[in-house]
Amino acid sequence: MTGRDAWIRRAGVSAQVQVAADGAVLHGGERLPEQDVLWQVPPHGMVIGVALNLRAQLERLDAVLHDKPYGHPPRTPVLFIKPENTLNAHRAPVPLPPDASVIQPGAALGVIIGRRAQRVPAREAMSYIKAYTLFNDFSLPESSWFRPPVVTKCFDGSGCLGPLHVAAAQVPDPGTLELRTFINGELRQRVSLDDLAWVIPALIEFVTGFMTLNENDVLFTGLPAERVDARAGDEVAVECEGLGRLCNRIIPAGVANP
Amino acid sequence: MRHARVRHAGMDLDVAVESPELLRTADGRMLAAAEVTWLPPRHGTIFALGLNYADHAAELSFKAPEEPLIFLKARSSLVGHRQESVRPAGVEYMHYEAELVAVIGRTARQVRRQDAMQYVRGYTVCNDYAVRDYLENYYRPGLRVKSRDTLTPLGPWVVDAADVPDPHNLAVRTRVNGELRQEGNTRDMIFTIPVLVEYLSRFLTLQPGDMISTGTPKGLSDVRPGDVVEVEVEGVGVLENRIVAES
Repeated sequence: MTGRDAWIRRAGVSAQVQVAADGAVLHGGERLPEQDVLWQVPPHGMVIGVALNLRAQLERLDAVLHDKPYGHPPRTPVLFIKPENTLNAHRAPVPLPPDASVIQPGAALGVIIGRRAQRVPAREAMSYIKAYTLFNDFSLPESSWFRPPVVTKCFDGSGCLGPLHVAAAQVPDPGTLELRTFINGELRQRVSLDDLAWVIPALIEFVTGFMTLNENDVLFTGLPAERVDARAGDEVAVECEGLGRLCNRIIPAGVANP
Repeated sequence: MRHARVRHAGMDLDVAVESPELLRTADGRMLAAAEVTWLPPRHGTIFALGLNYADHAAELSFKAPEEPLIFLKARSSLVGHRQESVRPAGVEYMHYEAELVAVIGRTARQVRRQDAMQYVRGYTVCNDYAVRDYLENYYRPGLRVKSRDTLTPLGPWVVDAADVPDPHNLAVRTRVNGELRQEGNTRDMIFTIPVLVEYLSRFLTLQPGDMISTGTPKGLSDVRPGDVVEVEVEGVGVLENRIVAES
């Protein structure tokens, strides 16, 4: 066992596989070339994102967030739900929503909950995490954080995650990770998770203080402050040391999501 | 026909509702409602509307919106008919919201409003409780306000669309301990069900079981531990639950 699980379809059959450090897909003693597998969205329950969670972003926006309609910077984590229609696998296309020519990737760390979690204190929170994954929260450009981001963040295929669940034991300190976003192979963005305003244990304490999380629920955070544009035809990849690479191509609107 | 999901003798069952007190299982057994625990109906993604009745928007000092104000409900907050909702300790204002819910029956993508009702399989009732103390002006209303555990009673059942000839002419009421506190009519919705199906299906695919909770009319008030709250949509059902204190 590598502690790096993935879910694929091959020849019409779904399978859970292991992925070696060199990226080889290990399936029942076989090594499969990556191009022979169709990656699946990993098992998941609710998928919840945390916006406005970088200190540098909050500092830069400080005047805006003290103004109307916000009144003051967020006093609690700013949460949003990515519903089922948004969830999308590694290598699957991301169609532009109608009338949009640009969407913006949002690299994030996905925290996979391992067991039922209610009112978990921060000091115990890490024991509720079973694995980490990569998340790419595609969004329309956001001009406001006042209303829930349904139009901007709930279009089909906009929540890419995977391909790996990397066992928590292999990621001793997620607060030191750096997420990198590439568009057509060019490095466009870095997000350091040491800049989180609400760190992962604090997020788990806050969320489980009012809602029950269950195995395979996903919390994701990191989302870059200044987003970059991606257009139809662009290949967007999110990478992180030890967590692999999540890659998706933007396609024009109106092409059905397979 | 009315369809419900209940737990009986440790099993989750799909049942037909013969009457509010009598249920028929798929294999033809009859169960008394008193013997079962009501579960929320089968559901996918749940969309909910804010400020979708002009009188309610005015009550909250908001101008009626020009675009639907939609938020998502976490499934973890759902409870069924006759279950308990926990009022958090130390809050000032937690109110009910009686809402008609449209249940999607088939995959809907880029549906025009004149075709939209063909995609609605049925209706249920939601009590979309809100804890106003937790409001902040970020992604408002946020999950702490609208997706707290136990604060989304849903049900008791789904009524087939064919049995609700005009969903835009139904009385919506809330009674607290038998006293009428909220009363409106779905004819006063700002964004109607076909408009909402058109709006959402333009950029996202609605799947069978997805639900749109269409917002609440005016008449909000605080509810306290011990209160029995019934939300009713005429011709769809009465969804009852009890408020308890946080332990």
